[in-house]
Amino acid sequence: MSIKKAACIAGIYEHPTRHAPDKSLAQLHAEVAKGALEDAGLSKSDVDGYFCAGDAPGMGPISMVDYLGLKPRHVDSTDVGGSSYLLHVSHAAQAIAAGKCDVALITLAGKPRSEGMATGTAPRVVAPSVPDAQFEQPYAPTIANMYAMVAMRHMHDWGTTSEQLAWIKVAASHHAQHNPHALLRNVVTVEDVVNSPMVASPLHRLDCCVITDGGGAIIVTRPEIAKKLKKPIVNILGAGESPKHTDGGRIDLSYTGIEAAGRRAWEESGVKPADMKYASFYDSFTITVLKQIEDLGFCAKGAGGKFVADGNLISGIGKLPFNTDGGGLCSNHPANRGGLTKVLEAVRQLRGEAHPAVQVKNCDLAVASGTGGSLGTRHGAAVLVMERA
Amino acid sequence: MMTTQRKILAPVANVETQAYWDAADAGKLLVKTCRSCGEPHFYPRALCPFCFGETDWQETNGEGEIYSFSVMRRAETPYAIAFVKLDAGPTMMSNLVDCDFDGLAIGQRVRVVFQPSNGGHKVPMFTPV
Repeated sequence: MSIKKAACIAGIYEHPTRHAPDKSLAQLHAEVAKGALEDAGLSKSDVDGYFCAGDAPGMGPISMVDYLGLKPRHVDSTDVGGSSYLLHVSHAAQAIAAGKCDVALITLAGKPRSEGMATGTAPRVVAPSVPDAQFEQPYAPTIANMYAMVAMRHMHDWGTTSEQLAWIKVAASHHAQHNPHALLRNVVTVEDVVNSPMVASPLHRLDCCVITDGGGAIIVTRPEIAKKLKKPIVNILGAGESPKHTDGGRIDLSYTGIEAAGRRAWEESGVKPADMKYASFYDSFTITVLKQIEDLGFCAKGAGGKFVADGNLISGIGKLPFNTDGGGLCSNHPANRGGLTKVLEAVRQLRGEAHPAVQVKNCDLAVASGTGGSLGTRHGAAVLVMERA
Repeated sequence: MMTTQRKILAPVANVETQAYWDAADAGKLLVKTCRSCGEPHFYPRALCPFCFGETDWQETNGEGEIYSFSVMRRAETPYAIAFVKLDAGPTMMSNLVDCDFDGLAIGQRVRVVFQPSNGGHKVPMFTPV
């Protein structure tokens, strides 16, 4: 069984807030759910599938189902970090294809900015029962230094430079200037990035994504229902997922989980990287984008540095416009999880609803991908290929 | 020369891993090796992560080379985190200590040193040879 064209993305919503001390976490989930249903032209009573991840308060999906007043016949709270929501779209399509639900709602929300969370630079508390905890926590792994080790190795293996990585941020900032909701709207230069303070070598402050409150939601439904709704139809063509881990100590930072996830997504969708008019890459750090570009096959392994340089990711200038909303590097990173917003901007591009300054002409095929967790140790990875019907 | 001065979080050993931390207190770095497939692995498990065979502790020479590293500058006390590829086979996470952070390089030879944690077992870290 394939999910190719078995389901459509019929509704999307991104919370405009980037700082929401005046709202509760559950409230943000409700506001984005309402927004996505309105976008789709559906009502709450139409929802019979609900998907959420670790950012949702309570036991799996249960507390949120209660709070939101949903009565679903299918729930899924698979948590693979920031990539969860990309995976949820795929799992929703599977559930729809199997007849387990008709209208699936996926929500994400979080308030790390209000809470003053040192998202990437402070070690996170890990329960002692987690098997890797005692062999890693004494060394103070953080999100930033785990991604930094991937960048350091890439530079060693392939001669990639900080200036090349900086181009990824530069491109994101070119896009963010047109997004009125983006946290950072100033266009930056390569020099700005490489001269910003070092966080975890070789990653500078401007190699890192923003910390924001906010959230988003997605409605996935079956084609027969989507055809009756008002929005342009976005078909799901294929998807892939693949956790990657430390492999019993055979640590190899030359690839991420995206490599296997991408292979599966391209195979299912029957399209290839060169067909893509637009790409959303989870951009927790600049290196995260570079690794996805290589692992998805947009360029040869090791050639990512050259590929991203000189504006190649800027809409209207480069060959592969990416994250035209400014992405996590400039716009937002709700709940420290960037997978859901990657789907949102890909859908806007396919619908022709992106900002005119960054809208890709005839955008009929797009990919969204993301990793969740730690690129250096263990992470989830998910890839989603979509088309405008 | 710079030294790690930050408080090292004490590892919480359990019945599956106690021998590893007892060995660390005695100045020895252990890995586990599978009785069935013969492969060493890290972090240590009762059943081999490659084939689910039974495993035995094996003492290493405590040496290896830096596979990758990063100096955490945005920390109260900057520190160097690394993956060290052991001569014994597996690669493990650790810190690089008693060294000039600016002189670190991938491929550099390192040897294990055991640093006290905050009220717990000694923790294996590495210093350039």
